[in-house]
Amino acid sequence: MQGLLGKPLGRVHWSNKAAKTGPLAHRPDNSAFMQQRLPAWSPMLTTSTVLPFMYCMAVLCLVVGVSLLITVQGTQEMKLDYTEAGTCNNCFQSLKNVSNAGKSCSCRVVFTLEHEFKGDVFFYYGLQNFHQNLRKYMDSRDDAQMVGRKQNLKNPSSYCEPYIRDEKDVPIAPCGAVANSMFNDSFALQYQGQPGDPINTVPLYRKGIAWYTDENVKFRNPPKNKSQTLAQVFEGTTSPPYWQKPVYLLDPLDATNNGFINEDLIVWMREAAFPNFKKLYGVLVRTQEPFTNGLPAGNYSIDIVYNFPVQYFKGRKQVVLSTVTWFGGQNRFLPIAYLVTSGLVFIIAIFLTVIWWKFGKDAKNMNE
Amino acid sequence: SLFMMSLPVQEEERYIHANNRPLNLPYQYADNAIRTSKYNVFSFLPLNLFEQFQRLANAYFLVLLILQLIPEISSLSWFTTVVPLLLVLTMTAVKDASDDINRHRSDKQVNNRRVDVLIDGELRSEKWMNVQVGDVIKLENNQFVTADLLLLTSSEPLNLVYIETAELDGTFILKCVFPTGEVRCEPPNNRLDKFKGTLTVNGQTYALDNDKVLLRGCTLRNTEWCFGLVVFGGPDTKLMQSSGKTVFKRTSIDGLMNVLVLCIFGFLAVMCSILAVGNAIWEVREGSVFIAFLPRPNGVNAGFSAFLTFWSYVIILNTVVPISLYVSVEIIRLGNSFYIDWDRKMYYPKSDTPAQARTTTLNEELGQIKYIFSDKTGTLTQNIMTFNKCSINGKSYGRSIGEKTQTVDFTWNELADPKFVFHDPSLVELVREGDLAAQHFFRLLALCHTVMPEEKTEGELYYQAQSPDEGALVTAARNFGFVFRSRTPESIRIMEMGQEVTYDLLAVLDFNNVRKRMSVIVRSPKGKLILFCKGADTIVYERLHPSCLKLKDTTTSHLNEYAGDGLRTLALAYKDLDDDYMEDWRRRHHEANIAMDGKEERLDELYEEIEKDLMLLGATAVEDKLQDGVPQTIEQLAKADIKIWVLTGDKQETAENIGYACNMLREDMTEVFIVAANTAEGVREELEKARRTMCPDAPDKPVVVEARAGLFWRQKTRKVEDEAVNGEYALVINGHSLAYALEKDLELELLRTACMCQTVICCRVTPLQKAQVVELVKHYKQAVTLAIGDGANDVSMIKAAHIGVGISGQEGMQAVLSSDYSFAQFRYLQRLLLVHGRWSYLRMCKFLRYFFYKNFTFTFVHFWYAFFCGFSAQTVYDEWFITLYNLVYTALPVLGMSLFDQDVNDRWSSQHPQLYSPGQLNLYFSKKAFVRCMMHSCYSSLILFFIPWAAMYDTVRDDGKDIVDYQSFALLAQTCLLIAVTIQLSLDTHYWTAVNQFFVWGSLSAYFAITFTMYSNGMFLIFTSTFPFIGTARNSLNQPNVWLTILLTSILCALPVVAYRFTLIQLWPTINDKVRHKVRKEALPAPAPRRPPVRRISTRRSGYAFSHAQGYGELVTSGRFLLRRPQKIRTDRGRGGGEVRRKQSAPKVWMRSR
Repeated sequence: MQGLLGKPLGRVHWSNKAAKTGPLAHRPDNSAFMQQRLPAWSPMLTTSTVLPFMYCMAVLCLVVGVSLLITVQGTQEMKLDYTEAGTCNNCFQSLKNVSNAGKSCSCRVVFTLEHEFKGDVFFYYGLQNFHQNLRKYMDSRDDAQMVGRKQNLKNPSSYCEPYIRDEKDVPIAPCGAVANSMFNDSFALQYQGQPGDPINTVPLYRKGIAWYTDENVKFRNPPKNKSQTLAQVFEGTTSPPYWQKPVYLLDPLDATNNGFINEDLIVWMREAAFPNFKKLYGVLVRTQEPFTNGLPAGNYSIDIVYNFPVQYFKGRKQVVLSTVTWFGGQNRFLPIAYLVTSGLVFIIAIFLTVIWWKFGKDAKNMNE
Repeated sequence: SLFMMSLPVQEEERYIHANNRPLNLPYQYADNAIRTSKYNVFSFLPLNLFEQFQRLANAYFLVLLILQLIPEISSLSWFTTVVPLLLVLTMTAVKDASDDINRHRSDKQVNNRRVDVLIDGELRSEKWMNVQVGDVIKLENNQFVTADLLLLTSSEPLNLVYIETAELDGTFILKCVFPTGEVRCEPPNNRLDKFKGTLTVNGQTYALDNDKVLLRGCTLRNTEWCFGLVVFGGPDTKLMQSSGKTVFKRTSIDGLMNVLVLCIFGFLAVMCSILAVGNAIWEVREGSVFIAFLPRPNGVNAGFSAFLTFWSYVIILNTVVPISLYVSVEIIRLGNSFYIDWDRKMYYPKSDTPAQARTTTLNEELGQIKYIFSDKTGTLTQNIMTFNKCSINGKSYGRSIGEKTQTVDFTWNELADPKFVFHDPSLVELVREGDLAAQHFFRLLALCHTVMPEEKTEGELYYQAQSPDEGALVTAARNFGFVFRSRTPESIRIMEMGQEVTYDLLAVLDFNNVRKRMSVIVRSPKGKLILFCKGADTIVYERLHPSCLKLKDTTTSHLNEYAGDGLRTLALAYKDLDDDYMEDWRRRHHEANIAMDGKEERLDELYEEIEKDLMLLGATAVEDKLQDGVPQTIEQLAKADIKIWVLTGDKQETAENIGYACNMLREDMTEVFIVAANTAEGVREELEKARRTMCPDAPDKPVVVEARAGLFWRQKTRKVEDEAVNGEYALVINGHSLAYALEKDLELELLRTACMCQTVICCRVTPLQKAQVVELVKHYKQAVTLAIGDGANDVSMIKAAHIGVGISGQEGMQAVLSSDYSFAQFRYLQRLLLVHGRWSYLRMCKFLRYFFYKNFTFTFVHFWYAFFCGFSAQTVYDEWFITLYNLVYTALPVLGMSLFDQDVNDRWSSQHPQLYSPGQLNLYFSKKAFVRCMMHSCYSSLILFFIPWAAMYDTVRDDGKDIVDYQSFALLAQTCLLIAVTIQLSLDTHYWTAVNQFFVWGSLSAYFAITFTMYSNGMFLIFTSTFPFIGTARNSLNQPNVWLTILLTSILCALPVVAYRFTLIQLWPTINDKVRHKVRKEALPAPAPRRPPVRRISTRRSGYAFSHAQGYGELVTSGRFLLRRPQKIRTDRGRGGGEVRRKQSAPKVWMRSR
């Protein structure tokens, strides 16, 4: 273990001295740096700084906590686990049989909003116990392919293992496990104010749901000339094995939302950090009544095309409706944490004050 | 040496033909070229890399790199390891290269020095590297000795050669031999003190020993020329053979660090095992059903996956084994060494010597010294004797210490030594007025001695005194008008107040340790017979004529006063003899001299007989000048709880005297024990008696705490506990007693007794004993030791101690060459320890604590994340952050702290020596502190992982889009981490210079700048797969909830630390806190005034401490010194005078005792 340190670093010759001659030739320079006299600020944990600081912190945390709590209370959120809910149970059961994996299954779930969701309402799908953050899974993608590099389209990176090429050696586009496992349920939301009221389809805007940088920089379709269709561009590649549609037909309604720039794909490709996550599916369009102020209270139903199998890994699927504030979604952790911190800091501050009052005030401990 | 190695048979004997190159050629002896450099241009890269990868740290890195190249295992990209490794390798390589270039340069310079070689009967100038074994070379004064030489002849009488040595000091007395013949001698070896061989000249064989050899590394001094035969050249010289095997000193922190790193390895293995087991369980329960989305590679089952995960986590968690730690530690030590080199307050203008940190790896140990072992002569004292005071006929002359008086003008005396200074004009007046007592006083000083004069030009006198005291006395006489000019074995010629007088020298009654006096018997030109005697006052007093009783009393009071000032005193007396008695005495003296047996006793009797009924003349007081500030320094160091032991080769009296002079021994001490027994039993008794006096309740057997330490606890340590005593004691132990006391069965007794004492003085110790004493304390006290000295006899202890300090600027550089630190004055030791040492220790410990904290915190977050990512060895942070965290984001702030931090400034540091004691007790960094660091890290990492996790859980951006994606979370976690550790650093930093501010803010800004750059469109479009985090910074750092999370983690990481530290300061303030508190209240303390030493009222009987050796009386009367006396003009011997230096003869003792 002696060798752990190796040989000590020896001397470096500081040669700026060599030029001097005379009786004081070797006298060190009188610079503040060399004499370790650099002017400096020496703060110390004194009563006059620590105690006010503690109380200020307690107050600060309190203020932040309270205002955050008010903000978060202003958001509304509805979560609905549809894995086995309503008619979806049939789909769930049928998908348990692996041979039905490719088959489409439709189902419907219903729910009621007690209160109106005011403002912009966001529609999410959520997955639980789905590990998008496994190292092997996460690495299994090729950014170069998805940014539209021609050569990577046909030659996906080895990172995409095991979804680089299909059994016929045709390159997969988009390659990799992440893309292959893309969430492929689809949702249609209907509103019925009261039973008997006409059923309104709730309009969801399915674009603008991914980061601007992802949409515009990170994901691009391979270059094509004017005459080519997207399908032609992707010729010579195959879609990932679990996909029901090729990548250039992901959005049958909007031709510009296909290929690698399909927003659902982009959203999916931004892997979640934790096994329980939700991803944006669409945003309420508030142009027409009765949705101009948000989602009114009442009965809703969701028609679901139930494709994504979760039973293998004990996962659950959710839909989430939520409004947001400047603080984001409905997460009460931070406000509560701030309030708790405020309380703790306050208690500590009082404790420190007592200590100071009893022991430190006359600084008799400070006598040598 | 390559040749030598290729020889099939080891050289067993060296056979040299003097001055005959062709005959020596077949032996292929190494020539005189030396090569100390390690590399050449081509071998540098492979050799250096090979060396570097032998170090465990680098090898570990290499293993990591190999692991990373296995795709199944690789959890991080290659660059996370390669970048730091390259940086470390490059830095070390650059440093090694610059070192080697310097070695090349110095080799070249040395090899190209010129020397005169006798070739074909004429002297030719040759380069050193071309000198061959068997050559006869001529050296001149002040030249370096070219190779190991057999001395043939020299310009000096008795073929004396004076050499100043790098390896040995001393003078050798050599016999003249002739430069033809053959030499047989031992093969090259590294023993500097031994030489065996024979010289055959004209069929006659002479034995050769070490005294006849000049070693390479020495310098010829005071010798006009000499001839020598090259015996060993270049790599075979004793200097080269004995160098290069230097033992690297390591600090205790180094040792601790190695132990900790090993613990960390173990800890890493444990963490990885836990995670691997976790992975196995996860794979069985979850992974097996997740294969629909992530098929397993062929042949991987849960067990194998766990195995791979283990290694993947070894890669990810490698940051707990802090590789950059070693580089940083070296940088910090280097920086702190430079501060020592640069310190003006340790620069000695008189000799233009700055302090020098010759070793750059021991700095923090300077802050932990518990024992100082100091040499006396040249270290505590200046090695300069001055004639300071005298008492003549009951009246005292000379200035008291501290008094300001004018110096005496000696210009009336043409032969006066201009360097001599005396402060009492009344004495000169007295002498010039012709006061008989005063004149007799100085006459005695001019006659009664064994000094050799040398007068190169008329009036330019040089004295060669074998003891500096004597030189000082003779010089004093010279200036007061009694100039000793020359001597023959039978006569002494002096100038008495301008008149030349020659005295017949009838007898020299030489000095020895028992007699403690010397006398001369002279006959004045007028035929008067006088015995002059000088000696220890106690001895002289016993032999005084009863009529001197009154004078004796006054002189005694003067002597006490002198002794109280720490002066060395001698009493002077004379006696008129009558011719008849003298005739008879001389006859008997002659008989005794030629007697076959009992010569010594008979002489002693004769001396005893004649040296009685003396008439007291007075007393002299010579000051063994202490170096400036020695008593104050010792006082301050004692306050810092550093024990100072003086180990000197001097006699007990001298050593005690200096002990009193520099306040180590004091009158008010409870007792000063003197151990001087001559048997083991006696020494034991004396030591035990001393111990019982000091601590009556102490158990008979010492309490030895046995423990195990070091790597794998292989090292056994034994520690003798300190025992408390009441009162202040001191121990003076003599060399021969020490020899017994250092025996196995007595050493613990010695150690216990000595450690109870405030002061320990060991006199008449040999260099070996010095080292033994140091080793004893090192071994049984487990304390950090420092040895300080200036001479060759201190080398062994300098090398033995943890830290060796050499006093530079003296003769003989040997001590400096083997030291770790060197400076010109003993008093700088205070600054070295109390300021530089303390700061270095403080900085190093702060650095280590912080470094471990930041790396553990960094790593633990990964550990927590493993429980969320299926133990799949996914990192929490961006790979680039992992690469740059230690190298860029946190490197400079922590370096800034460890290079600039001061708890209080240097003045407060030296004013409060108590600040030093935490270092001695290892308070700032220990295994405990390390565990505390880990707990702290654990807490911080919990905050830094779980707060962001909970805060981000299920939330979205303010526009409803994703923010809990992996990349955003990574960015959030790393930003939280970086800000938290930066705040921690700020809390640790006590001294915020502009540089610190710049480093801290700069590093934070650099983090954001680099992050935004790496996450930018451009970087992504150019290096798509290397920078996949495009846009993450822009999209998440504009979110208020991200910043609120960062704020909360910062508060939760910092506030407990603040509260904890504040509580500690309030309830149990450390000495540092107290002084810092005081600093805030008071202005900067004025620099400590140079107090004049306190005048002590002495009850000591005698200040006699004459450093005189036996045998010179015989020399001056033998007449041997007159053989071949050169009468040439030489000017290079600017020595002697009022200040007489001492080293010249003292080391003789060492040479013998070794």
